Amino acid sequence: MRSPMTETPATPTLSFREGATTALPLAVAVGLFGVSFGVLSASGGGIGALPAVVMSVTTFAGSAQFAAAAIVAAGGQPIAAIAAALMLNARYVPIGVGVARFLPGGPLRRFLLAQLVIDESWAIASKGDGEFDGHRLIGAGILLWLAWVGGTVVGVIGGEALGDPAVLGLDAAFPALFLALLIQQLRSRSAVAAAILGGAITLALTPVAPVGVPIIAAAAAALLGLARR
Amino acid sequence: MSDAWLIVAVVGIGTMLIKASGPVLLGGRVLPARASAVVALLAPALLAALVVSASVSSGSQLVADARLVGVGAAGVLIALRAPILVVVIVAAAAAALARLWLS
Repeated sequence: MRSPMTETPATPTLSFREGATTALPLAVAVGLFGVSFGVLSASGGGIGALPAVVMSVTTFAGSAQFAAAAIVAAGGQPIAAIAAALMLNARYVPIGVGVARFLPGGPLRRFLLAQLVIDESWAIASKGDGEFDGHRLIGAGILLWLAWVGGTVVGVIGGEALGDPAVLGLDAAFPALFLALLIQQLRSRSAVAAAILGGAITLALTPVAPVGVPIIAAAAAALLGLARR
Repeated sequence: MSDAWLIVAVVGIGTMLIKASGPVLLGGRVLPARASAVVALLAPALLAALVVSASVSSGSQLVADARLVGVGAAGVLIALRAPILVVVIVAAAAAALARLWLS
């Protein structure tokens, strides 16, 4: 994910451009991902076209948005959708702490720039050893945000024309997507253990708990993080 | 306010605050290792829960239907390192075909 570091000390403008250029192939993928979010949200039973676009503009976090959309599509309570989405985004607390000292400006500017932090822009800006290039992060983040929002707009326009999602197999698109996102997260043994336990909790609670609750309860599996080390 | 807008508003504001918490409040400090270890496992635990829930639940019932065919196809494509959009499209197509065939 990281491009080779340049020999000369990078100026902010150069770093900004470099970040955007590195993010270009990812922007295509993120844009298409945004299209699928738009389609699934705007077709029958989803959160709707305009809410989907506003969510992409303000939340800018793929897996959380899909989680909220999936719980709504399954008939879950709003509180379940909100809790699942925010817990998925909780990883941005440590990520944000890590990049904090590399973002320029005062509190307001840093508040806005922090919104550009997503998994991909963070990875592009990483120089290793916990060092980050803030301007690379900004360049990559702006491009990826544009791709995400643009993709969502295209998707909702297409999705409104599609109608019943089950006919086209769109109900299978959600688990397929979550599976793809999950695989990317399985980088350690404890992550695999947390995933297995989380899946088992959901399976066990589905017949007895309200819709959406079995997903939130699976967060308890993350407590495995306390067990080791 | 409809449920959809309520979700969009709360998740949007909540995520903004989560993302900004580090850069605005914490500066260059680091989180305690134990807190970081738990937070790092939230995503795999919840994503696995979402895979299970979206594959085999229908309301409060566990069901095996055409979605499982789609998820199986997705698993194969992910193992083959197919791009995420290809994975999603093939999964949907496989489920749609299975549904036609099953009905």
